[in-house]
Amino acid sequence: MSEVKKIATREGYGEALVECGKEYPNLVVMDADLAESTKTAMFQKAYPERFFDCGIAEGNMVGVAAGLAAAGKIVFVSSFAMFASGRAYEQIRNSVGYPKLNVKIGASHAGITVGEDGASHQCNEDIALMRSIPGMVVINPSDYIEAKEAVKAAIKQEGPVYLRFGRANVPVINDREDYHFEIGKGTLLKEGKDVTIIATGVMVNSALEAVALLEKEGIDAEVINIHTIKPLDEELIIASARKTKRVVTAEEHSVIGGLGSAVCDCLCAHAPTPVYKIGMQDVYGESGSAGELLKKYGLDGQGVYEQVRDFVNKK
Amino acid sequence: MTNLELQKIANEVRKYIVRSVHSAKAGHPGGSLSSADLFTYLYFEEMKVDPQNPDDENRDRFVLSKGHCAPGLYAALALKGFFPTEDLLTLRKLGSFLQGHPDMKKVPGVDMSTGSLGQGISTAVGMALAGKMDKKDYRVYTLLGDGELQEGQVWEAAMFAGFHKLDNLVVVVDNNNLQIDGCIEDVCSPHPIDQKFEAFNFHVINIDAHHFDEIRAAFKEARERKGQPTAIIAKSTKGKGVSFMENNSGWHGKAPNDEQLEAALQDLERIGEALCLK
Repeated sequence: MSEVKKIATREGYGEALVECGKEYPNLVVMDADLAESTKTAMFQKAYPERFFDCGIAEGNMVGVAAGLAAAGKIVFVSSFAMFASGRAYEQIRNSVGYPKLNVKIGASHAGITVGEDGASHQCNEDIALMRSIPGMVVINPSDYIEAKEAVKAAIKQEGPVYLRFGRANVPVINDREDYHFEIGKGTLLKEGKDVTIIATGVMVNSALEAVALLEKEGIDAEVINIHTIKPLDEELIIASARKTKRVVTAEEHSVIGGLGSAVCDCLCAHAPTPVYKIGMQDVYGESGSAGELLKKYGLDGQGVYEQVRDFVNKK
Repeated sequence: MTNLELQKIANEVRKYIVRSVHSAKAGHPGGSLSSADLFTYLYFEEMKVDPQNPDDENRDRFVLSKGHCAPGLYAALALKGFFPTEDLLTLRKLGSFLQGHPDMKKVPGVDMSTGSLGQGISTAVGMALAGKMDKKDYRVYTLLGDGELQEGQVWEAAMFAGFHKLDNLVVVVDNNNLQIDGCIEDVCSPHPIDQKFEAFNFHVINIDAHHFDEIRAAFKEARERKGQPTAIIAKSTKGKGVSFMENNSGWHGKAPNDEQLEAALQDLERIGEALCLK
């Protein structure tokens, strides 16, 4: 079996910014002293006159971005998800979201796969925070390829977009000819009849790993990649839930307010279906390697497999 | 425009402030009145703006960082011709474009949505930065309250503006010395304000916020200053022009009732009559 290629989604972010720099002369990128880590340093090297390091002052960075956008720029602001969505939440809500300005928040190091830095830096609440802002588009790419496409789509999308990237190298799962990215459109990765696993971000890979294990138990799982949590692909989710009658959501994020909540909001309104939410179960993370943490919190392939199996067998 | 002409317009701005806040039964008259001369000078003398073309990309920009003083900004915009003055009495009412705090998507002439203190200055810095990037001549003005200086973001923005030498930016502080909970010195003093801005590489000018010669000289000096942004610390009287509102923090965010409106308008009429005799 050939080794699966692994690249961090933040690499796709940095590369896509550089690739778009030429086509969009009004593209401006800002960072808050984490340019090497968020990968905006790639853009800094290519277009130094359109890159601004704001220092460790995320609130001001978002405000300056709003002003730049009001003067016609397309602005990406970057930091770790914790500080981008947490520290600067109110600036994003009031200075960017409310006036619908063309600011994109490129948040890296989201979730527990930040790893060794521990709980203070492991943001498991950003999707909840960002999707609560009216008009905000929230995208959580599953791999390097999807990350690049998401950045390009976000640039074309007028108005605020939150993009979530990870620190850890994760398998490239979308390297295929027919791959197509569209904001708000989920992808049916595998058809099944017993249960639907709706996954986002790095959890799409875990879900795909779980499928093989579930098959051995005679459980035929359907897998959907939801890269856009808002606006949600309700049509795809409802159709699948009606077919399998059981839904499991999987996210590297709190089970409160994230993908799981969004799916529940949708299904309880349109197609009431039992849902089990895989994610951080209202706890903080801790230090450890990304792989160790995914395993400990039940977010690796084995963890997803066990939780889906138990949910399906519980009846 | 002469000082006398500006004084007359400022007095009209003040009348609309008390009338619109009275009509809304809510709002912030105190800080709007203390800023009235600054609003007037900016829109009638200093800034290149065209009410017929409010989105002109080469226009000067104004960000009301102390967004709660929207009644003063709205009055100046209406008198300048951005929208009819009759609309001012719809302030804060359901369905009105004149929201309690400025909404750039709704009000012609409003360059940024503000209201949450400390955020407006950052957006003004961003506009000034864009002007530099695009090699445009427009200037950017932002008005802050002195209580607002307690927000840490103000100093993040000042650090950034000073570091980037944004000489197309003017930060004006309405130093009326009062915030909701009392005197700024008693609540949590931001003094010395001028030295703080100087420390962040601002050119600092201290003026009387109600003295048009000083206001005129300060903005001229700011325009001529190259290589650093300017901060104008404008010492003002909260509630200026309405005797019972002056220097009274109780009028920070309270609407006058019918009798109080009459008394306020009488004060302002007297000021207007005195100006006519000049």
